[in-house]
Amino acid sequence: MNTRSYIIGALAFAAVAAIAPALPLWLVSLATIAFANALVVLGLIILWRAGLVPFGQGLFYATGAYAVALISRYTGWRDVFVLVAIGALAAGVLAFLIGFLLARYRDIFFAMLSLALSMILYGVLVKTESLGSTDGFNVEPGTFFGWRPHGAMLSFALFWLVLGLSAVAAFLISLYFRTVAGTLAVPVRDNEIRLEFLGVSVNRLIHLKLVISGILAGVGGALAALAVAHVDPNMAYWTTSGGFVFVTILAGAGSVAAAFVGSLAFELIRSLAVDLVPGTWQIILGGALLLTILFLPEGLGSLFQRLRRTPEQPAPEKA
Amino acid sequence: MILSVRDLAKTFGSIVAARDISLDVPAEQTVGVIGANGAGKTTFINMITGHLRPTKGTILFEDRDITGKPSRAITRLGISRSFQVAQVFPSLTVFENLCAASAVAGKDGGSLAGLLSPLESPATLKEADAAIELFRIAQYRNVLASTLPQGVRKLLDIAMAMAGAPRLLLLDEPTSGISVEEKFGVMDVVMSALKSRKLTVLFVEHDMEIVTRFAERVLAFYDGTVIADGPPAVALADPRVQTLISGTKPVGTVLHA
Repeated sequence: MNTRSYIIGALAFAAVAAIAPALPLWLVSLATIAFANALVVLGLIILWRAGLVPFGQGLFYATGAYAVALISRYTGWRDVFVLVAIGALAAGVLAFLIGFLLARYRDIFFAMLSLALSMILYGVLVKTESLGSTDGFNVEPGTFFGWRPHGAMLSFALFWLVLGLSAVAAFLISLYFRTVAGTLAVPVRDNEIRLEFLGVSVNRLIHLKLVISGILAGVGGALAALAVAHVDPNMAYWTTSGGFVFVTILAGAGSVAAAFVGSLAFELIRSLAVDLVPGTWQIILGGALLLTILFLPEGLGSLFQRLRRTPEQPAPEKA
Repeated sequence: MILSVRDLAKTFGSIVAARDISLDVPAEQTVGVIGANGAGKTTFINMITGHLRPTKGTILFEDRDITGKPSRAITRLGISRSFQVAQVFPSLTVFENLCAASAVAGKDGGSLAGLLSPLESPATLKEADAAIELFRIAQYRNVLASTLPQGVRKLLDIAMAMAGAPRLLLLDEPTSGISVEEKFGVMDVVMSALKSRKLTVLFVEHDMEIVTRFAERVLAFYDGTVIADGPPAVALADPRVQTLISGTKPVGTVLHA
């Protein structure tokens, strides 16, 4: 990522924010959820690059969402910025704590342990009647520094909030990818022995990646809770986590922008499929994933990387 | 003495992998370690680098007790190693491998500030290019490590081990897997690079010609312990070494020697 990429990225976010009022409301709501989920996917990309696939990222997503819902239910705090910060903090602390366990595992064991932990939270939420069991409960509309938008205006305000936080996250994560920890993802996947003998604690490196991805998932969950105005245990269920893995494959781990494009594509395909073939929309989603794996194994992100590359800069021959 | 080892031993259950090893290595010495497979050479190196915890004995590095410390801590104190099977990052290029190595080797690998500092600092890039120059692998600079010829891969492994300016370098069979014609060329490059940095070197080697040419001192291992220790001319002339390790005397003669 060079300065030009940052400027293009900033312009893209600004352009989307500017045209939002001209878009149909259903599309704005769809994009709000898509970008909130894209933050979770961004966290998955961080782990994915190191060869780790969390099948239970719903754990942090639900933690962020329930933190927002509980605070707004039991306190008078309504400011969305405060609520999202609390959601991020709750998920980050949880990721830090379970990181001591999870960072020791790799491959399928990492994936399954992360899934198991998310299912524990699901089980707890389902059994807690004071939190509405399987039905969940509603989240009060948020305020923006004292401003209380209603109806369509609330949808736009939430969309701008998600867009703004997405831009900040995209910028920070692209900086992170240039740090020692961010660049050491491939070496973690490639060769842990060499890293250990260079004096690096691989477990601590993975722990750091877990906390960052947990915070991102927490922000995503907090935003989703505000956007849907409702939380329920399904946010921790394994199909939700599987959806994030699905989008990561669709997007590819090649770039930060891919997470947003991939997540938007996923939500569009899903809502169109539900409209067209209500009974069997999963077939269309499955087909889309199949085609991606067959023809774009590095995801949608690899499409615009190909476009950006000039003939003098041949594609790196990476398997 | 940069390295002092006393009464070192390692047992796995009833199997004795190393025993009664006591020796001192002065700074800037180049030591060749010889011995048949299973003689305890790699066990010895693994104990010094913290890969294995000794059952008994002490290891002093620059007068500091490092016995049983984890390999990360030992690496940061200034002992580095290369591997019998080159340990590089296959999906990165030679240059990226060296950047990654020099970016982390100089820093405290566990600190958050170190991990979150930029990888491609001017110092890192410069150090990576200096290593490429030193090991004469400029033509492979942008080649993926997975596609490198065996000899170059071994050089890259050693170049990465040198990141972070260690004082003691342990090379586990630097010429294994390299053709006989290439061996001397590779060792010439390695040894002149290490000498230019004034490193103390221990290298495990099976080829007696290479040991004779490059080592100032030879440690001969047999059955987990050192049976001969001295300049190559002396150590390699030892009848037990000739029978049990270099094979220049037939088995049996040692009993009458």
